[in-house]
Amino acid sequence: MSTVQRNMSLTGEPPKTINTQQKIASFIGLLGLMVLVLAIFNVNFPNKSLWLTAALTAIGGGTIWFSIAAYSQKHAGIKNDGVQFKSLTSKGFWAWIMGISLTLFYILLYWFPQYLGLVQDGDNKGLVALFDPFSKLLNGGPASQWFVYGTLYTLAIVAFGVKFIMKYRHNKYEKLRTFSVMFFQLGFAFLIPELMQRLNSETFSLPYYDLKNIWPLNYYNFEQYRVDDFISAGDVGVGLLIFGVVSIFIITPILTYKYGKRWYCSWVCGCGGLAETAGDPFRHLSDKTQVAWKVERWVIHSVLVFVILMTTAVVHSYLGDDSSKYWLTKDTFLIGVAVFLTIVFAGVWIFKREELQKDARIGSIAYFVIIIALIALHFTTGKTLFLFDPETLRSSYGFLIGAVFSGVIGVGFYPLLGNRVWCRFGCPMAAILGFQQRLFSKFRITVNGGQCISCGNCSTYCEMGIDVRAYAQKGENIVRSSCVGCGICAAVCPRGVLKLENGPLENRISSNEILLGNDLNLMDYVNQ
Amino acid sequence: MEHIVIIGNGIAGITAARHIRKLSDKKISIISAEADHFFSRTALMYVYMGHMRWRDIEPYESWFWKKNRLELKKAYVERVDTDNKSLHFKEGGSITYDKLIIATGSVTNTFGWEGLELNGVQGLVTKQDLENLEKNAPNNKECPRAVIIGGGLIGIEMAEMLRTRNIEVSMLIREDEFWASALPTSDAEMISKHIISHGVDLRNNSELDKIIGDADGNVKAVLTKDGEEIPCTVVGIATGVKPNISFLKDSKIETDRGILVKRNLQTNIENVFAIGDCAQQRIPVGLRPPVEAVWYTGRMMGEALAQTICGNPFNYNPGNWFNSAKFFDIEYQTYGWVFSEERRKDYEAQFHWKCKSNLRCITISHHKDTGQFLGINTFGIRMKQEVFDNWLNEKRSVDYVIANLRKANFDPEFFRRYEKEILKKYQALNETATL
Repeated sequence: MSTVQRNMSLTGEPPKTINTQQKIASFIGLLGLMVLVLAIFNVNFPNKSLWLTAALTAIGGGTIWFSIAAYSQKHAGIKNDGVQFKSLTSKGFWAWIMGISLTLFYILLYWFPQYLGLVQDGDNKGLVALFDPFSKLLNGGPASQWFVYGTLYTLAIVAFGVKFIMKYRHNKYEKLRTFSVMFFQLGFAFLIPELMQRLNSETFSLPYYDLKNIWPLNYYNFEQYRVDDFISAGDVGVGLLIFGVVSIFIITPILTYKYGKRWYCSWVCGCGGLAETAGDPFRHLSDKTQVAWKVERWVIHSVLVFVILMTTAVVHSYLGDDSSKYWLTKDTFLIGVAVFLTIVFAGVWIFKREELQKDARIGSIAYFVIIIALIALHFTTGKTLFLFDPETLRSSYGFLIGAVFSGVIGVGFYPLLGNRVWCRFGCPMAAILGFQQRLFSKFRITVNGGQCISCGNCSTYCEMGIDVRAYAQKGENIVRSSCVGCGICAAVCPRGVLKLENGPLENRISSNEILLGNDLNLMDYVNQ
Repeated sequence: MEHIVIIGNGIAGITAARHIRKLSDKKISIISAEADHFFSRTALMYVYMGHMRWRDIEPYESWFWKKNRLELKKAYVERVDTDNKSLHFKEGGSITYDKLIIATGSVTNTFGWEGLELNGVQGLVTKQDLENLEKNAPNNKECPRAVIIGGGLIGIEMAEMLRTRNIEVSMLIREDEFWASALPTSDAEMISKHIISHGVDLRNNSELDKIIGDADGNVKAVLTKDGEEIPCTVVGIATGVKPNISFLKDSKIETDRGILVKRNLQTNIENVFAIGDCAQQRIPVGLRPPVEAVWYTGRMMGEALAQTICGNPFNYNPGNWFNSAKFFDIEYQTYGWVFSEERRKDYEAQFHWKCKSNLRCITISHHKDTGQFLGINTFGIRMKQEVFDNWLNEKRSVDYVIANLRKANFDPEFFRRYEKEILKKYQALNETATL
C-alpha cells in the first residue's frame, strides 16, 4: 500500500517503532562499531586489548540486548510486523547506506587491505593493528585482514544468532539449527584453525583449514601449496587431505541423501550461517519470479563447471608426469576426472532422465560435451588443458567468484538483493548438494492435503526465491535443488501446511490436480 | 469457439478458469471490478501488517494470464440478461457468453445499524476494504481506538491487524466467548484468553446499538445496547458475510440468500452456474450450511464445475469437512464435524484436552453410542488432513484415533509431542466413567 509513510526514520510509527531499550542498545552497538571505524582512520588507541574488547563487547552486547528488548516482551510467534515498511528491510534509505558500507568494506578487505592497516613487513597499523593482541592470544602471530574479518564474521553469527533464536523462540527446529551454525562458526571456522596455527613450526606446517569448509566452496583446498603442506606435515596432514577428498565424495552424498542439503547449508556452512543470522532480516528480498529461477539454474551450474575446470587444471599443472613425487600422474588424474564425470552424466541420463527439465537436458549435454572435448583435445593435440593457463583460471576464479560474487555481491548486497544471493546463484557446493537433493535424497517439504490458502507467506519469506506457494496450492510436495531447508516457510505458514521431512523415496513428489477434501470420485477421475 | 465468461476473480472463479483451460481450448473471460489480478483474500491482513506487499499476495505472476489465454476485464457487471446471454457493464459496453459462471463472492453483512454510512465504518472483505483501513487507521495517532463489531474470523483478523500498529481495540461479541457460535466452549475460552493477552478489550455479551458520528460525518463513538459509549474513529464490521448478488436483482436468475443452485452448481437458467461464497445449495450437502463462505469450498466448487463445463458432468460432492484459521499466534485446524454448544447434535460427545501453556488444545467429537470418531478441532498442534480424512472415511473409533494420534502429527521436527499426555487424560476419563 503506497499510502504508508516512507520516511528515513529508524524509529517511526508502529509497527516500525523501536522502544527505549532498543534505542540504548543500538547506541551501544554503534559506539563499538565507531571504535573500529576510527581505527580504520588510524586513530591510535593506547591500550589495544582493552579498546578491542570494549568495541567487540559493545557490538555483540548491543545486538543481543537489542534482540532481547525487541522480542522478550512479545508473545512467542511469527515476528514479521512492519518488515515491508521499515526502511532497512524494504530497500529504503538505510538499506542503501548499509549495502554501500558493506560493499566498501569488502572492497578494502579483498583488494586494499593496506587501508585497513595491513603492513606486509613490519607492524600493522589502524584496524588490523587493533586486532593484533587478540590474534597473538589465539594463534601467536600478528593479525591479518583475514583475522579481522574472521573475528567480525564470527561475532556477527553469534550475536545475530542470539537475535534469531529470540525471534523464533517458539520453534525448536529453528533454535537447534541456529545453535548449530553458531557452534560450527565459532569452533570449526574460527577457534580450531586459529589454535591449530600454534602447532606450526619451522619443520611442521599445516595450512589454515576449516574442516567443514568443503571443496568446491573451499575452491583453493587442493592448490599446490596446500597439498604440499598437507603431505609434508606427515600423517596428520595426509589425514586432513584425505578428509578433504572424502568430505565431498563420500560424507556429503550420504548426509545429503539422508537429510537433504540442509545438513550443510543451514546447519553447518559459514556462508549459510551468516545469511541465516545477520542476513535474516533481508530474506524476503529474494527474487521469486520464474525468470530469476531460470537465471539461477544457468549461473550456478556454470560456476560449478568453472570450479571443476579450474581445479582440474590447477591440480593437473602441479602433478608430475611420473609417479616419483605424487603417486598420481597427470594423465591418470585427467582420465580419472573424465571417467568420473562420464559416470555421473551417464548415471543421471539412464536413471533420472525423466526428471530433467528441458534446460537441464540442454545444459548438461552441452557442458559435458565441452569438457570431454577439451580433455580429448589436450590428449590428441597437446593443447593447453581447457585452453587457458591454469594460473589464469585460478586467479580469475578467485577474483570473479571467490571475491566479487561470494563477498561483495553475496554479503554486501544483503539489504538489496536478499541474504542468499551467493548461495542461490553462485555457490558450486550448493549446486552439487542441490543436484543430489533433487535426484537422490529423502528430503522434501510435505504439503498438508488441501489446506493451503495461497497467502504467499512461504514464498515471500523463502530466502532462496522458491515460489513455495506454487507447489503448496497444488498439494505438491516441494523438492527443489536450491532449498536449503531453513524451515522458515513452514514456520510462517499460518495454516500448518508445510513440513520439512526425510521420508521414503516413493511419492516424494506427488502432484494432484484436484486437492484433498473434494469429491473422492472426482479425485479418482482426474488424479489417476 | 464456446465462450465461457466468469464474473469474479477470486479463488472459485480462478480455479474454475484454470481447470477449464487445462481441459479445453474454450475462450475464457474473467471479469472483476475489484482487482486487476487474482489475489489471496485470506492474506489481505498481511499487507496491512507489513508482512507482505500487495504483489506478494497475488499467487500468479502477470504473464500467467496471457500464457494461459485467460482474458481479464476490469469492469462492474450491472445487469445480467440471460435471454440474450449478455452482461452489461456499469462503465458501459457489454459482453456475450455461451456459458456464464457467477463467482462474485461475499460482501460484509450488516444489521442496519444507525451510522453505517459514517466515514470509518468498514468491513474487511475486499481490496477496497484494505485500502480503506490503511486510510482510516494508518497509525495510532489518527486512530487511537477502533471498535470491532462481532467476533469470528474476520473480527480477529482485524484485531490482529490493528494491534500491530498499537491501536487500541475493543471487540463487541454477542456470545459468552469469542466465536462460541462455532467453537465448543472450552476451545472458545482458550482463544478468548489469548486474544485478551494481545491487548484486545474483548467484551462478551455485548451488542452494538448505534454508531455515533461527528459533524463532519466521521465516526466518533459507538453506543452499546447496555448504553455504554465507546469513543473510537474506526468501526470494523465483522458480523459475517453474505452473498454478493445485488446486481442480479433484475435478472431471471433465482436467488434466496445466495444464488440458488442444484448439486451440479447450475442455477435455474441453463448455462448459468454459480460457485463459491455466492452460491446457495437448494438442498444442503450433508451437515454443511447451504451457503459456504470458505476458501476451500470455493476452490472445490471451481474444480467440480470445470469438469461439468468441459463435458464430464460432476456434482458438487465435497468430501469430509475441513477448515483452518489462525488466531494471533494460535493455529487452528478442523477435520470432520465438531459442533459448538448451540449446534451440538444430540448424539455428539466431546473429549477435550488442553496444554498447561494455554496455547494448545484439542477437541475430539465422537458418537455417544457407537464411539465413532466424528471430527477434531486442533489448536496449536498441526495435524495431517490426509490421516483424518482416511480415519473419517474408515469410520474409525475415537479410541483408535486417540491411540494413534501421533500418526497424524504434522508439527515441525523436534517439536514437543503431546500424544502421550492426551492419551493419558483420555484413559483417566474413561476409567472414571466405567467405575
